[in-house]
Amino acid sequence: MNFTPGSQQIKAPSVQLSVAGVGKRFGGVTAVDDVSIDVPQGRIVSIIGPNGAGKTSLLNMVSGFYKPDSGRIALEGRDITKMRPSEIAALGVARTFQNIALFGGLTVLDNLMLGRHVLMRSGVLRCVLYWGLAQREEVRHRAACEEIIDFLKLQDLRKQPTAALAYGLRKRVELGRALALQPKVLLLDEPMGGMNQDEKEDMARFVLDVNQERGITVVLIEHDMGVVMDISDHVVVLDRGRKIAEGPPADVQANPAVIAAYLGTSKGSGSA
Amino acid sequence: MSLVADPATNTLPKLLARNMKAFGRQPGMREKDRGIWQPYSWRECYAHVRDFALGLAAAGFKRGDKLSVLGDNRPRLYWAQLAAQALGGMAVPLYQDSIARELAFVLDHAEVSIVVAEDQEQVDKVLSLAGQLKNLHLIVYEDPLGMSAYSNDILKSIADVEQAGRAFGQKHPGYFERELEQGGAQDVAMISYTSGTTGQSKGVLLSHANMIATSESFASVESVKRGDNWLCYLPMGWVGDSIFSLSTSLVVAATCNCPESPETAQRDLRELGPSALLGPPRIWESMLTALQVKAADASPLKRNVYEYFRRLAERRELLKGDGKSIPRSMRFGYRLGEYLVYGPVRDQLGLRNARWCLTGGAPLGADTFRFFRSFGVNLKQIYGATEASALVCLQDNNEADPNTVGRTLPGTNVRIGERGEVQVKGPGVFLGYYKQDAATRDAVTPDGWLKTGDAGLVDPRGHLAIIDRAKDVGKLADGTPFAPQFAENKLKYSPFIREAVAFGDQHPFVAAMISIDMSTVGKWAEQNGLPYTSYMDLARKPEVANLVVEEVAKINATLPDATRIRRIVLLNKELDADDAEITRTRKVRRAFVAEKYAPVIAALYDGARETQLTMDITYEDGRKSQLTSTMLVYDITPAGPAGPGRLAA
Repeated sequence: MNFTPGSQQIKAPSVQLSVAGVGKRFGGVTAVDDVSIDVPQGRIVSIIGPNGAGKTSLLNMVSGFYKPDSGRIALEGRDITKMRPSEIAALGVARTFQNIALFGGLTVLDNLMLGRHVLMRSGVLRCVLYWGLAQREEVRHRAACEEIIDFLKLQDLRKQPTAALAYGLRKRVELGRALALQPKVLLLDEPMGGMNQDEKEDMARFVLDVNQERGITVVLIEHDMGVVMDISDHVVVLDRGRKIAEGPPADVQANPAVIAAYLGTSKGSGSA
Repeated sequence: MSLVADPATNTLPKLLARNMKAFGRQPGMREKDRGIWQPYSWRECYAHVRDFALGLAAAGFKRGDKLSVLGDNRPRLYWAQLAAQALGGMAVPLYQDSIARELAFVLDHAEVSIVVAEDQEQVDKVLSLAGQLKNLHLIVYEDPLGMSAYSNDILKSIADVEQAGRAFGQKHPGYFERELEQGGAQDVAMISYTSGTTGQSKGVLLSHANMIATSESFASVESVKRGDNWLCYLPMGWVGDSIFSLSTSLVVAATCNCPESPETAQRDLRELGPSALLGPPRIWESMLTALQVKAADASPLKRNVYEYFRRLAERRELLKGDGKSIPRSMRFGYRLGEYLVYGPVRDQLGLRNARWCLTGGAPLGADTFRFFRSFGVNLKQIYGATEASALVCLQDNNEADPNTVGRTLPGTNVRIGERGEVQVKGPGVFLGYYKQDAATRDAVTPDGWLKTGDAGLVDPRGHLAIIDRAKDVGKLADGTPFAPQFAENKLKYSPFIREAVAFGDQHPFVAAMISIDMSTVGKWAEQNGLPYTSYMDLARKPEVANLVVEEVAKINATLPDATRIRRIVLLNKELDADDAEITRTRKVRRAFVAEKYAPVIAALYDGARETQLTMDITYEDGRKSQLTSTMLVYDITPAGPAGPGRLAA
């Protein structure tokens, strides 16, 4: 089970992230109820469901922001259920947020450099002296960030404070910061929310490139069904905290339970 | 001995070999990549060209074959052209923003066998055509991003080709040097496709001798020096880029600098501070617009200081133009302004180190021209044609004048033919059009002068002045001569007007179609609390119409009464090269526009208040649809700003 990126591609990919029987309650509300998902290495897995279905709560548990009340979460066979968010990040799980969480006063480049913080080794003293290791480290990290800037076509915005950027671009910078961590698994919480069609297409392209060119496993929460069905390998449907269906996009689309969850069973209201 | 006459330097790749031997370690090119200017020495440039050429040879590229490059300015795309030329092939550079249909014409007509594309986007365009192009057998890409999912036999990366080249070189030692040796000055170096203001574009055959001789005499006139820095940001498909970036830098061993991306070009320009800058009028106009917007946004103190010194510089420039002496107080003020305004502005624009700046390709408005000169930018006009290796005339440092294009290059001669047409003879004049002998015969007089199609005259100083395209110059109904470009350039000086098309030939008065500048008008609308959604919405606002009408009235005040613009219509979209309304170098395709907008033009002259137009719209992804829209016609009253145009409703 010791699977690291860069090793031999295997025909049937191993499970990289496993969520087993996880549950979470907030007071009397059951947000997530006994959900199990296996995310295979190198795939794009989407989690969909109506508002309040527990998608973001699930992602928060994987990234360590919430502790599950029951169940177990494992990354490459290693139990991460009780770990702190920073420990999970250091193991190679990066995420973006539904509501953008960037440092608005910092430039695009600085936000990306911050994304690499967990990878930096130099202490305060070394950094103040800026000599030897600290200098070499800075150069190496800057080069890695420049690669991401190139990858996400942010060259012209490198020195711009992120607060001044358009919404779609800030989302892209957030993806960049998550990539700066050099993750094995990328958790994306509505990366296309609030975007126009052009921006959505760009973002979908980037997510596919992240997956195909860099071999990063992607877990995606998204409301735009067109995008989800286009780019996902596997779709998981949640409704009121429970998993009601999963499978390849086409199967999920045809599943009566999914249609019922989205449109209601008797009277047609609600929407995706 | 001139370079062309010496068999060791009579082709562009031979010049590269000379530079490699003479200045091996000095930078031949730089590319901004990963946020840093990465230098390539002449030696590295040569090694890349050699390996790539051998890779092309391994792929079956032979003498006389054609190679196209498609993308933004990248060292590897320049090297690919030199590699093809080293093997006796021809380079066919393409416009990077061409749509697939335009590419199909050029690639098919030029029988291109290998395309070197910058990235996935460009590869997709070429791949979509691969089926219809029987000569195309290899597509080489520079940027591997997004390419891993492609499994097509005709696709290879540049690195693959260079690797294959090194293997081929080991098996065939001396192959590259022998091929290089065989090249001659009269070999075709490139086929440059004209932008085609008049119908389908034509392939202009330029020899190594054409390009090298033109660059050599240009370098001698402008004293271009070894180690000078150029910024290579103009479209590679334009012949000017091949002459100035590729040929001239090889001739004098100047350094070409490729910006990181088109979006960063302005910032890269400032970082680099090149020794000189060449740009079409569009570039200078947009620089000026950006500057005007910034000045208007500045704090009141800064704005007033800027405005004061701008006026002072303008008055000084006018006095200088009239040959009058400049009062002492003005001299002092100008020197002060140099510290406070002119120097910092030049620095902001990236022109601090520029010894001269050139504008060409189309006439630049006299006001824009004067502005840059008054701020200490040595802006000069040049005149050229693709068929004359991009350069015929340029101005001496002391003779810059917005109304002429200067003197002919040494060795080149100009005469005025019938109907005032400018005719050229010289070392830069092309070999002919590719596979279009009839067109070649039409373009050259029996005694060997190139007919440029431009109407012009030679002034008493010996400067050439261009009036307009010879066939566009017309007469108003009362016989007043009318040159549409003259009116259009006046209009385009307004920061709110992006594009204008003037009419008047055989008509009672001058009228114009105007497309507004979305960025400046949008900003104006925001400042005036005017909400809008789209370009079309903005262009239809009565307040915007008033704004433009006032601008036109201001411009009219500077025109003779007979040629004043009486009526205008605001277009609800920008003129777009994708819709074939303007060329890729932003020249209006008059005949096409006149046909497409016939109902609008009719409305300009029949007194109608509004007009309907059905247009085929091409979306960026190539989809098409039809759109019918109503456009309003406005009268320009002679009173000027006091009498804004009336609305139709």
